Amino acid sequence: MFRNQYDTDVTTWSPTGRLFQVEYAMEAVKQGSAAIGLRSRSHVVLACVNKAQSELSSHQRKIFKVDDHIGVAIAGLTADGRVLSRYMRSESINHSFTYESPLPVGRLVVRLADKAQVCTQRSWKRPYGVGLLVGGLDESGAHLYYNCPSGNYFEYQAFAIGSRSQAAKTYLERRFESFQESSREDLIKDAIMAIRETLQGETLKSSICTVSVLGVDEPFHFLDQETIQKVIDTFEKVPEEEEDAGEGEAEPEAAPGAAGTGEQGGSGDQDVAPMEM
Amino acid sequence: MTFTIPIENGNGVKNAEADSQRTLYPYVTGTSVVAIKYKDGILMASDMGGSYGSTLRYKNIERMKAIGKHSLLGASGEISDFQEILRYLDELMLNDNMWDDGNSLGPKEVHNYLTRVMYNRRNKFNPLWNTLVLGGVKNGEKYLGMVSMIGVSFEDNHVATGFGNHLARPILRDEWREDLSFEEGVKLLEKCMRVLLYRDRSAINKLQIAKMTEEGVTVSEPYSLKTFWDFKAFTNPTVGAEGSW
Repeated sequence: MFRNQYDTDVTTWSPTGRLFQVEYAMEAVKQGSAAIGLRSRSHVVLACVNKAQSELSSHQRKIFKVDDHIGVAIAGLTADGRVLSRYMRSESINHSFTYESPLPVGRLVVRLADKAQVCTQRSWKRPYGVGLLVGGLDESGAHLYYNCPSGNYFEYQAFAIGSRSQAAKTYLERRFESFQESSREDLIKDAIMAIRETLQGETLKSSICTVSVLGVDEPFHFLDQETIQKVIDTFEKVPEEEEDAGEGEAEPEAAPGAAGTGEQGGSGDQDVAPMEM
Repeated sequence: MTFTIPIENGNGVKNAEADSQRTLYPYVTGTSVVAIKYKDGILMASDMGGSYGSTLRYKNIERMKAIGKHSLLGASGEISDFQEILRYLDELMLNDNMWDDGNSLGPKEVHNYLTRVMYNRRNKFNPLWNTLVLGGVKNGEKYLGMVSMIGVSFEDNHVATGFGNHLARPILRDEWREDLSFEEGVKLLEKCMRVLLYRDRSAINKLQIAKMTEEGVTVSEPYSLKTFWDFKAFTNPTVGAEGSW
Protein backbone atom coordinates (compact mmCIF):
# COMPACT_ATOMS: atom_id res chain seq x y z
CA MET A 1 0.00 0.00 0.00
CA PHE A 2 1.05 3.64 0.26
CA ARG A 3 3.73 4.91 2.60
CA ASN A 4 2.36 7.32 5.16
CA GLN A 5 4.11 9.29 7.84
CA TYR A 6 1.30 8.51 10.28
CA ASP A 7 1.45 4.75 10.09
CA THR A 8 4.37 3.95 12.34
CA ASP A 9 2.39 3.05 15.41
CA VAL A 10 -1.19 2.32 16.23
CA THR A 11 -1.50 5.19 18.68
CA THR A 12 -0.93 7.84 16.00
CA TRP A 13 -3.92 9.32 14.26
CA SER A 14 -3.63 10.53 10.69
CA PRO A 15 -4.85 14.05 9.92
CA THR A 16 -7.87 12.54 8.21
CA GLY A 17 -8.88 10.68 11.36
CA ARG A 18 -7.62 7.21 10.48
CA LEU A 19 -5.50 4.68 12.34
CA PHE A 20 -3.39 3.22 9.58
CA GLN A 21 -1.98 0.34 11.59
CA VAL A 22 -5.51 -0.91 12.19
CA GLU A 23 -6.29 -0.62 8.49
CA TYR A 24 -3.10 -2.48 7.60
CA ALA A 25 -4.19 -5.20 10.01
CA MET A 26 -7.44 -5.47 8.08
CA GLU A 27 -5.36 -5.92 4.93
CA ALA A 28 -3.79 -8.97 6.52
CA VAL A 29 -7.26 -10.48 6.76
CA LYS A 30 -7.74 -10.00 3.04
CA GLN A 31 -4.56 -11.96 2.34
CA GLY A 32 -5.72 -15.10 4.10
CA SER A 33 -7.59 -17.81 2.24
CA ALA A 34 -11.35 -17.52 2.10
CA ALA A 35 -13.73 -18.31 4.93
CA ILE A 36 -17.50 -18.21 4.59
CA GLY A 37 -20.36 -18.22 7.04
CA LEU A 38 -24.11 -18.48 6.57
CA ARG A 39 -26.97 -18.83 8.97
CA SER A 40 -30.62 -19.73 9.02
CA ARG A 41 -33.07 -19.44 11.89
CA SER A 42 -31.73 -22.60 13.49
CA HIS A 43 -28.34 -23.44 11.94
CA VAL A 44 -25.00 -21.87 11.15
CA VAL A 45 -22.59 -23.22 8.54
CA LEU A 46 -18.93 -22.22 8.44
CA ALA A 47 -16.80 -23.23 5.49
CA CYS A 48 -13.31 -22.48 4.34
CA VAL A 49 -10.80 -23.20 1.61
CA ASN A 50 -7.93 -25.44 2.66
CA LYS A 51 -4.68 -23.74 1.87
CA ALA A 52 -1.38 -25.55 2.33
CA GLN A 53 2.05 -23.94 2.43
CA SER A 54 3.37 -26.39 -0.12
CA GLU A 55 2.47 -29.67 -1.72
CA LEU A 56 4.39 -31.44 1.01
CA SER A 57 2.61 -29.93 4.01
CA SER A 58 -0.87 -30.39 5.40
CA HIS A 59 -3.31 -27.54 5.27
CA GLN A 60 -3.81 -24.95 8.00
CA ARG A 61 -6.70 -25.35 10.37
CA LYS A 62 -9.02 -22.39 10.00
CA ILE A 63 -12.19 -23.50 11.71
CA PHE A 64 -12.21 -24.11 15.46
CA LYS A 65 -14.81 -25.44 17.85
CA VAL A 66 -15.25 -23.05 20.73
CA ASP A 67 -18.04 -24.97 22.43
CA ASP A 68 -20.86 -27.29 21.44
CA HIS A 69 -22.86 -24.29 20.40
CA ILE A 70 -20.17 -21.92 19.03
CA GLY A 71 -17.68 -22.28 16.21
CA VAL A 72 -15.26 -19.83 14.62
CA ALA A 73 -13.67 -19.57 11.18
CA ILE A 74 -10.63 -17.34 10.75
CA ALA A 75 -8.81 -15.57 7.94
CA GLY A 76 -5.49 -13.80 8.22
CA LEU A 77 -2.66 -14.51 10.66
CA THR A 78 -3.59 -17.99 11.79
CA ALA A 79 -1.40 -17.73 14.88
CA ASP A 80 -3.41 -14.74 16.10
CA GLY A 81 -6.54 -16.70 15.25
CA ARG A 82 -5.45 -19.65 17.36
CA VAL A 83 -4.76 -17.45 20.35
CA LEU A 84 -8.16 -15.78 20.07
CA SER A 85 -9.86 -19.16 19.72
CA ARG A 86 -8.18 -20.23 22.93
CA TYR A 87 -9.51 -17.09 24.62
CA MET A 88 -13.00 -17.82 23.34
CA ARG A 89 -12.86 -21.41 24.56
CA SER A 90 -11.72 -20.21 27.94
CA GLU A 91 -14.54 -17.65 28.27
CA SER A 92 -17.08 -20.20 27.15
CA ILE A 93 -16.00 -22.90 29.56
CA ASN A 94 -15.75 -20.46 32.49
CA HIS A 95 -19.33 -19.37 31.86
CA SER A 96 -20.50 -22.97 31.62
CA PHE A 97 -18.79 -23.79 34.88
CA THR A 98 -20.30 -20.90 36.82
CA TYR A 99 -23.80 -20.94 35.33
CA GLU A 100 -24.15 -24.48 33.92
CA SER A 101 -25.48 -22.89 30.84
CA PRO A 102 -23.98 -22.11 27.42
CA LEU A 103 -22.49 -18.67 26.95
CA PRO A 104 -24.72 -16.67 24.56
CA VAL A 105 -22.68 -16.06 21.42
CA GLY A 106 -23.64 -12.35 21.36
CA ARG A 107 -21.92 -11.80 24.69
CA LEU A 108 -18.81 -13.72 23.66
CA VAL A 109 -18.47 -11.63 20.54
CA VAL A 110 -18.57 -8.38 22.52
CA ARG A 111 -15.81 -9.59 24.82
CA LEU A 112 -13.76 -10.55 21.79
CA ALA A 113 -14.30 -7.14 20.24
CA ASP A 114 -13.32 -5.37 23.44
CA LYS A 115 -10.15 -7.47 23.56
CA ALA A 116 -9.32 -6.44 20.00
CA GLN A 117 -9.99 -2.79 20.79
CA VAL A 118 -7.39 -2.81 23.55
CA CYS A 119 -4.75 -3.56 20.96
CA THR A 120 -5.70 -0.48 19.01
CA GLN A 121 -5.06 1.81 21.93
CA ARG A 122 -1.74 0.69 23.41
CA SER A 123 1.56 1.82 22.00
CA TRP A 124 3.28 -1.44 22.97
CA LYS A 125 0.75 -3.68 21.23
CA ARG A 126 -0.32 -4.35 17.68
CA PRO A 127 -3.81 -5.15 16.41
CA TYR A 128 -4.68 -8.82 15.88
CA GLY A 129 -4.22 -9.61 12.21
CA VAL A 130 -7.14 -11.95 11.91
CA GLY A 131 -10.81 -11.68 11.01
CA LEU A 132 -13.17 -14.06 12.79
CA LEU A 133 -16.48 -15.39 11.61
CA VAL A 134 -18.18 -16.49 14.81
CA GLY A 135 -21.26 -18.66 14.48
CA GLY A 136 -23.29 -19.71 17.47
CA LEU A 137 -26.57 -20.04 19.30
CA ASP A 138 -28.26 -18.14 22.05
CA GLU A 139 -31.81 -17.80 23.37
CA SER A 140 -33.00 -16.05 20.25
CA GLY A 141 -31.67 -18.65 17.82
CA ALA A 142 -28.68 -18.91 15.50
CA HIS A 143 -26.32 -15.97 14.91
CA LEU A 144 -23.34 -15.19 12.70
CA TYR A 145 -20.93 -12.40 13.60
CA TYR A 146 -17.82 -10.99 11.99
CA ASN A 147 -15.13 -9.65 14.33
CA CYS A 148 -12.50 -7.51 12.72
CA PRO A 149 -9.07 -6.34 13.93
CA SER A 150 -10.43 -2.86 14.54
CA GLY A 151 -12.53 -4.12 17.42
CA ASN A 152 -15.79 -3.74 15.52
CA TYR A 153 -18.22 -6.56 15.16
CA PHE A 154 -21.24 -6.96 12.95
CA GLU A 155 -24.01 -9.47 12.70
CA TYR A 156 -24.63 -11.08 9.33
CA GLN A 157 -27.02 -13.41 7.58
CA ALA A 158 -24.07 -14.52 5.47
CA PHE A 159 -20.53 -13.24 4.96
CA ALA A 160 -17.22 -14.11 3.38
CA ILE A 161 -13.71 -12.96 4.27
CA GLY A 162 -10.23 -13.53 2.91
CA SER A 163 -8.86 -13.61 -0.61
CA ARG A 164 -11.32 -13.69 -3.50
CA SER A 165 -14.14 -13.42 -0.99
CA GLN A 166 -15.83 -10.80 -3.19
CA ALA A 167 -16.91 -13.54 -5.57
CA ALA A 168 -18.47 -15.47 -2.72
CA LYS A 169 -20.09 -12.32 -1.35
CA THR A 170 -21.68 -11.63 -4.71
CA TYR A 171 -23.10 -15.12 -4.75
CA LEU A 172 -24.37 -14.77 -1.19
CA GLU A 173 -25.86 -11.33 -1.83
CA ARG A 174 -28.10 -12.80 -4.48
CA ARG A 175 -29.38 -15.57 -2.25
CA PHE A 176 -29.23 -14.38 1.36
CA GLU A 177 -32.90 -13.48 1.63
CA SER A 178 -33.81 -17.13 1.51
CA PHE A 179 -31.27 -18.26 4.10
CA GLN A 180 -33.32 -17.45 7.20
CA GLU A 181 -35.87 -20.13 6.31
CA SER A 182 -33.42 -22.48 4.60
CA SER A 183 -33.18 -26.09 5.55
CA ARG A 184 -29.93 -27.37 6.96
CA GLU A 185 -29.10 -29.18 3.73
CA ASP A 186 -29.72 -26.15 1.53
CA LEU A 187 -27.58 -24.03 3.81
CA ILE A 188 -24.68 -26.48 3.45
CA LYS A 189 -25.13 -26.56 -0.28
CA ASP A 190 -25.07 -22.78 -0.47
CA ALA A 191 -21.91 -22.66 1.62
CA ILE A 192 -20.11 -25.06 -0.68
CA MET A 193 -21.36 -23.21 -3.75
CA ALA A 194 -20.03 -19.99 -2.27
CA ILE A 195 -16.67 -21.69 -1.69
CA ARG A 196 -16.70 -22.68 -5.30
CA GLU A 197 -17.05 -19.04 -6.32
CA THR A 198 -13.82 -18.18 -4.55
CA LEU A 199 -11.94 -20.95 -6.31
CA GLN A 200 -12.60 -19.35 -9.70
CA GLY A 201 -11.61 -22.09 -12.03
CA GLU A 202 -10.09 -24.70 -9.78
CA THR A 203 -12.14 -27.85 -9.58
CA LEU A 204 -14.21 -28.10 -6.50
CA LYS A 205 -13.27 -31.21 -4.53
CA SER A 206 -14.05 -32.17 -0.97
CA SER A 207 -10.32 -32.14 -0.16
CA ILE A 208 -10.12 -28.44 -0.94
CA CYS A 209 -12.74 -27.33 1.53
CA THR A 210 -13.65 -27.80 5.19
CA VAL A 211 -17.28 -27.42 6.24
CA SER A 212 -18.70 -27.28 9.74
CA VAL A 213 -22.28 -27.13 10.99
CA LEU A 214 -23.98 -26.27 14.23
CA GLY A 215 -27.66 -25.94 15.03
CA VAL A 216 -30.35 -25.84 17.64
CA ASP A 217 -30.33 -29.61 18.09
CA GLU A 218 -26.92 -30.26 16.66
CA PRO A 219 -23.63 -29.58 18.41
CA PHE A 220 -20.77 -28.08 16.42
CA HIS A 221 -19.03 -30.64 14.26
CA PHE A 222 -17.14 -30.95 10.98
CA LEU A 223 -18.67 -32.68 7.98
CA ASP A 224 -16.56 -35.53 6.74
CA GLN A 225 -15.09 -35.65 3.24
CA GLU A 226 -17.69 -38.13 1.99
CA THR A 227 -20.63 -35.98 2.97
CA ILE A 228 -19.09 -32.91 1.39
CA GLN A 229 -18.31 -34.80 -1.80
CA LYS A 230 -21.88 -36.04 -2.00
CA VAL A 231 -23.16 -32.48 -1.85
CA ILE A 232 -20.65 -31.40 -4.49
CA ASP A 233 -21.75 -34.25 -6.71
CA THR A 234 -25.33 -33.03 -6.68
CA PHE A 235 -24.43 -29.89 -8.55
CA GLU A 236 -21.10 -30.52 -10.22
CA LYS A 237 -20.98 -32.84 -13.16
CA VAL A 238 -17.70 -34.70 -13.77
CA PRO A 239 -15.32 -32.29 -15.63
CA GLU A 240 -15.08 -34.44 -18.84
CA GLU A 241 -18.73 -33.80 -19.59
CA GLU A 242 -18.49 -30.01 -19.69
CA GLU A 243 -19.42 -29.81 -23.37
CA ASP A 244 -22.30 -32.27 -23.28
CA ALA A 245 -24.11 -31.21 -20.15
CA GLY A 246 -23.84 -27.49 -20.88
CA GLU A 247 -24.92 -27.06 -17.27
CA GLY A 248 -22.71 -24.04 -16.95
CA GLU A 249 -19.54 -25.28 -15.23
CA ALA A 250 -17.65 -23.90 -18.23
CA GLU A 251 -19.00 -20.45 -17.55
CA PRO A 252 -17.65 -19.94 -13.99
CA GLU A 253 -14.23 -20.96 -15.30
CA ALA A 254 -14.46 -18.41 -18.08
CA ALA A 255 -15.70 -15.57 -15.88
CA PRO A 256 -13.09 -14.61 -13.28
CA GLY A 257 -13.33 -11.61 -10.97
CA ALA A 258 -15.65 -8.63 -10.94
CA ALA A 259 -15.95 -8.40 -14.69
CA GLY A 260 -17.94 -11.57 -14.76
CA THR A 261 -20.78 -10.52 -12.46
CA GLY A 262 -23.30 -10.58 -15.26
CA GLU A 263 -22.08 -13.89 -16.52
CA GLN A 264 -21.80 -15.22 -13.00
CA GLY A 265 -25.38 -14.22 -12.53
CA GLY A 266 -26.34 -16.23 -15.55
CA SER A 267 -24.24 -19.21 -14.65
CA GLY A 268 -25.49 -18.97 -11.08
CA ASP A 269 -29.04 -19.32 -12.26
CA GLN A 270 -28.17 -22.23 -14.46
CA ASP A 271 -26.34 -23.84 -11.55
CA VAL A 272 -29.45 -23.53 -9.44
CA ALA A 273 -31.62 -25.43 -11.89
CA PRO A 274 -29.90 -28.86 -11.75
CA MET A 275 -29.99 -28.80 -7.93
CA GLU A 276 -33.69 -28.17 -7.91
CA MET A 277 -34.35 -31.01 -10.29
CA MET B 1 -13.50 -24.17 65.97
CA THR B 2 -10.83 -24.03 68.62
CA PHE B 3 -7.79 -24.15 66.38
CA THR B 4 -6.40 -21.17 64.47
CA ILE B 5 -5.51 -21.46 60.85
CA PRO B 6 -2.96 -19.06 59.38
CA ILE B 7 -4.87 -16.92 56.92
CA GLU B 8 -3.19 -15.17 53.99
CA ASN B 9 -4.67 -11.71 53.87
CA GLY B 10 -2.70 -9.89 51.19
CA ASN B 11 -0.51 -8.32 53.87
CA GLY B 12 1.13 -11.59 54.93
CA VAL B 13 0.04 -14.27 57.33
CA LYS B 14 -2.27 -13.16 60.13
CA ASN B 15 -4.00 -15.04 62.88
CA ALA B 16 -6.23 -13.24 65.38
CA GLU B 17 -7.47 -10.40 63.19
CA ALA B 18 -8.18 -12.72 60.31
CA ASP B 19 -10.14 -15.05 62.58
CA SER B 20 -12.49 -12.24 63.47
CA GLN B 21 -13.24 -11.88 59.77
CA ARG B 22 -14.48 -15.43 59.34
CA THR B 23 -17.98 -16.65 60.14
CA LEU B 24 -17.77 -18.94 63.13
CA TYR B 25 -21.42 -19.11 64.20
CA PRO B 26 -24.65 -17.42 63.15
CA TYR B 27 -26.34 -14.72 65.21
CA VAL B 28 -29.74 -13.77 63.79
CA THR B 29 -31.25 -16.77 62.09
CA GLY B 30 -34.32 -17.68 60.11
CA THR B 31 -35.84 -21.11 60.38
CA SER B 32 -37.26 -23.45 57.73
CA VAL B 33 -38.21 -22.69 54.14
CA VAL B 34 -40.41 -25.20 52.31
CA ALA B 35 -40.97 -25.21 48.55
CA ILE B 36 -42.74 -27.39 45.99
CA LYS B 37 -43.26 -27.53 42.25
CA TYR B 38 -46.90 -27.42 41.24
CA LYS B 39 -48.82 -27.39 37.96
CA ASP B 40 -48.05 -23.81 36.95
CA GLY B 41 -44.73 -23.27 38.68
CA ILE B 42 -43.26 -23.09 42.16
CA LEU B 43 -44.74 -22.41 45.60
CA MET B 44 -42.54 -21.45 48.49
CA ALA B 45 -43.41 -20.77 52.14
CA SER B 46 -41.45 -19.37 55.05
CA ASP B 47 -42.25 -17.59 58.25
CA MET B 48 -41.17 -14.06 59.04
CA GLY B 49 -39.13 -14.72 62.15
CA GLY B 50 -35.54 -13.83 62.96
CA SER B 51 -34.29 -15.53 66.12
CA TYR B 52 -31.44 -14.19 68.20
CA GLY B 53 -30.37 -17.44 69.79
CA SER B 54 -33.41 -18.62 71.73
CA THR B 55 -35.14 -15.23 71.62
CA LEU B 56 -37.69 -14.69 68.88
CA ARG B 57 -36.39 -11.19 68.34
CA TYR B 58 -37.48 -10.06 64.87
CA LYS B 59 -40.92 -10.78 63.55
CA ASN B 60 -41.04 -9.00 60.23
CA ILE B 61 -38.20 -10.44 58.18
CA GLU B 62 -38.94 -11.34 54.57
CA ARG B 63 -36.92 -14.45 53.91
CA MET B 64 -38.03 -14.86 50.32
CA LYS B 65 -37.09 -12.46 47.53
CA ALA B 66 -37.64 -12.31 43.79
CA ILE B 67 -34.48 -12.43 41.67
CA GLY B 68 -34.98 -10.90 38.24
CA LYS B 69 -38.07 -11.99 36.32
CA HIS B 70 -37.60 -15.71 36.52
CA SER B 71 -36.41 -16.71 39.99
CA LEU B 72 -37.28 -16.72 43.68
CA LEU B 73 -34.77 -17.14 46.49
CA GLY B 74 -35.66 -18.30 49.99
CA ALA B 75 -33.12 -18.56 52.79
CA SER B 76 -32.77 -19.94 56.26
CA GLY B 77 -29.81 -19.34 58.55
CA GLU B 78 -27.92 -16.12 59.16
CA ILE B 79 -30.02 -13.16 58.00
CA SER B 80 -27.07 -10.83 57.42
CA ASP B 81 -25.48 -13.41 55.10
CA PHE B 82 -28.77 -13.67 53.23
CA GLN B 83 -28.69 -9.90 52.72
CA GLU B 84 -25.13 -10.17 51.44
CA ILE B 85 -26.22 -12.83 48.96
CA LEU B 86 -29.04 -10.56 47.80
CA ARG B 87 -26.43 -7.88 47.14
CA TYR B 88 -24.34 -10.29 45.04
CA LEU B 89 -27.40 -11.33 43.08
CA ASP B 90 -28.47 -7.73 42.62
CA GLU B 91 -25.14 -6.99 40.98
CA LEU B 92 -25.35 -10.15 38.90
CA MET B 93 -28.84 -9.36 37.61
CA LEU B 94 -27.94 -5.75 36.99
CA ASN B 95 -25.07 -6.73 34.74
CA ASP B 96 -27.25 -9.28 33.04
CA ASN B 97 -29.90 -6.66 32.32
CA MET B 98 -27.33 -4.17 31.09
CA TRP B 99 -26.44 -6.48 28.20
CA ASP B 100 -29.96 -5.80 26.97
CA ASP B 101 -29.61 -8.50 24.36
CA GLY B 102 -32.59 -10.80 24.72
CA ASN B 103 -30.66 -13.27 26.86
CA SER B 104 -31.33 -13.53 30.57
CA LEU B 105 -30.13 -15.58 33.51
CA GLY B 106 -32.72 -18.14 34.48
CA PRO B 107 -33.18 -20.07 37.74
CA LYS B 108 -30.73 -22.80 36.71
CA GLU B 109 -27.99 -20.26 36.09
CA VAL B 110 -28.67 -18.42 39.35
CA HIS B 111 -28.69 -21.70 41.27
CA ASN B 112 -25.35 -22.68 39.80
CA TYR B 113 -23.86 -19.29 40.49
CA LEU B 114 -24.95 -19.53 44.12
CA THR B 115 -23.52 -23.03 44.38
CA ARG B 116 -20.15 -21.71 43.22
CA VAL B 117 -20.30 -18.83 45.71
CA MET B 118 -21.28 -21.03 48.66
CA TYR B 119 -18.70 -23.69 47.86
CA ASN B 120 -15.91 -21.18 47.41
CA ARG B 121 -16.69 -19.57 50.74
CA ARG B 122 -16.74 -22.96 52.42
CA ASN B 123 -13.31 -23.71 50.98
CA LYS B 124 -11.96 -20.56 52.56
CA PHE B 125 -13.41 -21.59 55.94
CA ASN B 126 -15.60 -18.50 55.80
CA PRO B 127 -19.05 -19.77 54.91
CA LEU B 128 -22.21 -17.85 54.25
CA TRP B 129 -24.27 -19.47 56.98
CA ASN B 130 -27.39 -20.15 54.94
CA THR B 131 -29.34 -22.87 53.28
CA LEU B 132 -30.84 -21.42 50.13
CA VAL B 133 -33.85 -22.49 48.13
CA LEU B 134 -33.91 -21.32 44.53
CA GLY B 135 -37.04 -21.77 42.44
CA GLY B 136 -38.24 -20.41 39.17
CA VAL B 137 -39.91 -20.86 35.81
CA LYS B 138 -38.36 -19.96 32.50
CA ASN B 139 -39.67 -20.78 29.05
CA GLY B 140 -42.22 -23.11 30.58
CA GLU B 141 -39.63 -25.10 32.48
CA LYS B 142 -40.00 -25.30 36.25
CA TYR B 143 -36.85 -25.39 38.35
CA LEU B 144 -36.44 -25.96 42.08
CA GLY B 145 -33.10 -26.41 43.78
CA MET B 146 -31.26 -26.02 47.03
CA VAL B 147 -27.74 -25.01 48.13
CA SER B 148 -26.38 -25.50 51.61
CA MET B 149 -23.68 -23.55 53.44
CA ILE B 150 -21.10 -26.17 52.56
CA GLY B 151 -21.95 -26.07 48.89
CA VAL B 152 -24.08 -29.21 48.64
CA SER B 153 -26.46 -28.52 45.81
CA PHE B 154 -29.26 -30.40 44.09
CA GLU B 155 -32.64 -30.09 42.42
CA ASP B 156 -35.86 -31.81 43.34
CA ASN B 157 -39.64 -31.57 43.10
CA HIS B 158 -39.88 -30.46 46.70
CA VAL B 159 -37.22 -29.07 49.01
CA ALA B 160 -37.01 -27.80 52.57
CA THR B 161 -34.36 -26.39 54.86
CA GLY B 162 -33.51 -27.05 58.49
CA PHE B 163 -36.33 -28.59 60.45
CA GLY B 164 -38.40 -28.65 57.32
CA ASN B 165 -36.25 -31.54 56.09
CA HIS B 166 -37.32 -33.64 59.06
CA LEU B 167 -40.91 -32.52 59.53
CA ALA B 168 -42.16 -31.29 56.16
CA ARG B 169 -40.49 -33.51 53.59
CA PRO B 170 -42.02 -36.76 54.85
CA ILE B 171 -45.44 -35.16 54.34
CA LEU B 172 -44.40 -34.01 50.88
CA ARG B 173 -43.02 -37.41 49.94
CA ASP B 174 -46.42 -38.90 50.66
CA GLU B 175 -48.69 -36.21 49.33
CA TRP B 176 -46.88 -34.34 46.55
CA ARG B 177 -48.10 -34.84 42.97
CA GLU B 178 -46.94 -33.48 39.65
CA ASP B 179 -50.23 -31.75 38.84
CA LEU B 180 -51.15 -29.98 42.07
CA SER B 181 -53.37 -26.97 41.52
CA PHE B 182 -52.55 -23.69 43.20
CA GLU B 183 -55.12 -24.23 45.98
CA GLU B 184 -53.97 -27.80 46.61
CA GLY B 185 -50.35 -26.66 46.70
CA VAL B 186 -51.07 -23.94 49.21
CA LYS B 187 -53.02 -26.37 51.40
CA LEU B 188 -50.12 -28.81 51.30
CA LEU B 189 -47.60 -26.13 52.23
CA GLU B 190 -49.82 -24.86 55.03
CA LYS B 191 -50.05 -28.38 56.39
CA CYS B 192 -46.24 -28.52 56.48
CA MET B 193 -45.94 -25.07 58.02
CA ARG B 194 -48.49 -25.93 60.69
CA VAL B 195 -46.51 -28.99 61.78
CA LEU B 196 -43.37 -26.84 61.87
CA LEU B 197 -45.20 -24.24 63.92
CA TYR B 198 -46.21 -26.83 66.50
CA ARG B 199 -42.87 -28.54 66.72
CA ASP B 200 -40.10 -26.05 65.77
CA ARG B 201 -39.42 -23.72 68.65
CA SER B 202 -37.97 -21.02 66.40
CA ALA B 203 -41.04 -20.87 64.17
CA ILE B 204 -43.54 -18.05 64.55
CA ASN B 205 -47.13 -17.88 63.42
CA LYS B 206 -46.68 -15.27 60.72
CA LEU B 207 -45.91 -16.64 57.31
CA GLN B 208 -45.74 -15.73 53.67
CA ILE B 209 -46.35 -17.90 50.65
CA ALA B 210 -44.72 -16.99 47.35
CA LYS B 211 -45.88 -18.10 43.93
CA MET B 212 -43.62 -18.27 40.89
CA THR B 213 -45.06 -18.82 37.41
CA GLU B 214 -44.16 -17.91 33.87
CA GLU B 215 -45.85 -14.55 34.39
CA GLY B 216 -43.72 -13.63 37.39
CA VAL B 217 -43.37 -13.72 41.16
CA THR B 218 -45.93 -12.79 43.78
CA VAL B 219 -45.19 -12.86 47.49
CA SER B 220 -48.32 -12.93 49.60
CA GLU B 221 -49.08 -10.58 52.46
CA PRO B 222 -48.15 -12.06 55.84
CA TYR B 223 -50.87 -14.12 57.52
CA SER B 224 -51.22 -16.64 60.32
CA LEU B 225 -52.35 -20.22 60.47
CA LYS B 226 -55.19 -21.43 62.64
CA THR B 227 -53.83 -23.54 65.43
CA PHE B 228 -55.39 -25.80 67.98
CA TRP B 229 -53.68 -26.18 71.30
CA ASP B 230 -56.38 -28.13 73.12
CA PHE B 231 -55.19 -31.53 72.09
CA LYS B 232 -55.29 -33.80 75.12
CA ALA B 233 -51.62 -34.53 74.68
CA PHE B 234 -50.86 -30.81 74.93
CA THR B 235 -53.19 -30.07 77.87
CA ASN B 236 -52.16 -33.08 79.88
CA PRO B 237 -48.73 -34.05 78.63
CA THR B 238 -47.70 -36.25 81.54
CA VAL B 239 -50.70 -38.59 81.57
CA GLY B 240 -49.34 -42.08 81.39
CA ALA B 241 -45.86 -40.99 82.55
CA GLU B 242 -46.25 -39.58 86.04
CA GLY B 243 -43.33 -37.51 87.18
CA SER B 244 -42.19 -36.43 83.76
CA TRP B 245 -42.67 -32.96 82.39
